[in-house]
Amino acid sequence: MRISEHPILGTFEKGREIQFTFDGKTMKGFEDEPIAIALRSNGVMVHRHTTKRDEPRGIFCAIGRCTDCIMVVDGIPNVRTCVEQLKEGMIIQTQMGMGPKISMEQNHAKI
Amino acid sequence: MQRYEMVCIGAGPAGLAAAIEAAKNQVEVVVYDENDKPGGQLFKQIHKFFGSREHRAKERGIKIGQDLLDEARQLGVEVVLNGIVLGIYQNGAMNVMVQDRLEQVKAEKVLIATGASENMIPFPGWTLPGVIGAGAAQTMANIHGIKPGNRVLVVGSGNVGLVVGFQLLQAGCCVEAVIDAAPKIGGYGVHASKLARFGVPFFMSHTIKEAHGNNTVEGATIIQVDKSWKPVPGTEKHYDVDTICIAVGLNPMTQLSRMSGCDMVHEPGLGGNIPAHDVNQETSISGVYVAGDASGIEEASTAIIEGRIAGLAIANKLGYLSDDAFQTKREEQLQSMKGLRSGAHGGMRGEAKERLNNAIKG
Repeated sequence: MRISEHPILGTFEKGREIQFTFDGKTMKGFEDEPIAIALRSNGVMVHRHTTKRDEPRGIFCAIGRCTDCIMVVDGIPNVRTCVEQLKEGMIIQTQMGMGPKISMEQNHAKI
Repeated sequence: MQRYEMVCIGAGPAGLAAAIEAAKNQVEVVVYDENDKPGGQLFKQIHKFFGSREHRAKERGIKIGQDLLDEARQLGVEVVLNGIVLGIYQNGAMNVMVQDRLEQVKAEKVLIATGASENMIPFPGWTLPGVIGAGAAQTMANIHGIKPGNRVLVVGSGNVGLVVGFQLLQAGCCVEAVIDAAPKIGGYGVHASKLARFGVPFFMSHTIKEAHGNNTVEGATIIQVDKSWKPVPGTEKHYDVDTICIAVGLNPMTQLSRMSGCDMVHEPGLGGNIPAHDVNQETSISGVYVAGDASGIEEASTAIIEGRIAGLAIANKLGYLSDDAFQTKREEQLQSMKGLRSGAHGGMRGEAKERLNNAIKG
């Protein structure tokens, strides 16, 4: 899925290659690229299932506006994966509904 | 509370151009942008622009964006990234979220250059992963270097649909078709021709009926519409696509201008409800300016000129630029704008802009 040689842009500058896990599976991506891009390069399309109807959702706007691509990242739910940067060893999970409940402290630690 | 002479909200073409003109005239200016990179959507525009040489025709958006950034940097313009303006209140007071801090800021002059957001059309299956906005396709392919899909249906034949359709080809995707409910192609002929030369079929008077698939898009059904835009049963066509790219127009981001309390005018040709503004880009609220797509959907080249005019007007109002110098410089920009607001597409926008200008006088 990655574009190796673009006719106008040539090659894309990326960070170093790192590992992360998606729903327990080890995957590779590039440091500091959006989580959603790393997932897409590994063929992941479904980021979450909705609360009421359990419908699948994935990337929609890709600029952090629509929040359709939110997932559980390192235990924190509702992370916009199209704008959140990938880091070494990140634990990324498909979000079911509103995701796990977290404490205020955890939520503050996130930001 | 932090005080500035001028705050620009948005570091796209309009906001940067305004900040540059203001900074050239010694205005103390800060630019806030909610993204982690400046430039707005310019760095996704890998196609060559139109117009005359003075409008940077034949140059790609990415180059124009880089030049704006370089110029802003040389002038020492402060651009605060990950800075979200949450609220705008009376007399230029604002709340800004910068990283994890909430800051209070006050500016003598505020420029709202927040750009636009994409329109969407709902249809059965439109929430499936694989249905994306045109902007998402550009972001994935042109910024992050990843194919948005393998086989793509593009919905919408305006300039965005046509340009993004071609950029999908450049990214190595197969564009199965471009459809539009309107009877004629909406965008420039030159953009449509580029797709046609690659054998991409166009279906005018067609809309999307349904996206198929369990967990992701596995196909799409399109259907013809009659003169009253009603689907014609029996005209369905099916495509085995994994991606449906929606390019059905933009609407101005007016949250902050509405919050500032300025008068709004409905102008369908400019994308919906627009803050009325005068020829200096100032709204009905004194000291609050708008420029770029946030003041009516046009193009990056017009956004840059509007930004420059706003920057000059602010420098003039703050006493840094004499009335004579301002009039001369503004006239240059307005003349330059005339070329962009003429012809079949630009002419209508020019007329709509004039109505906005007139709305403020009344």
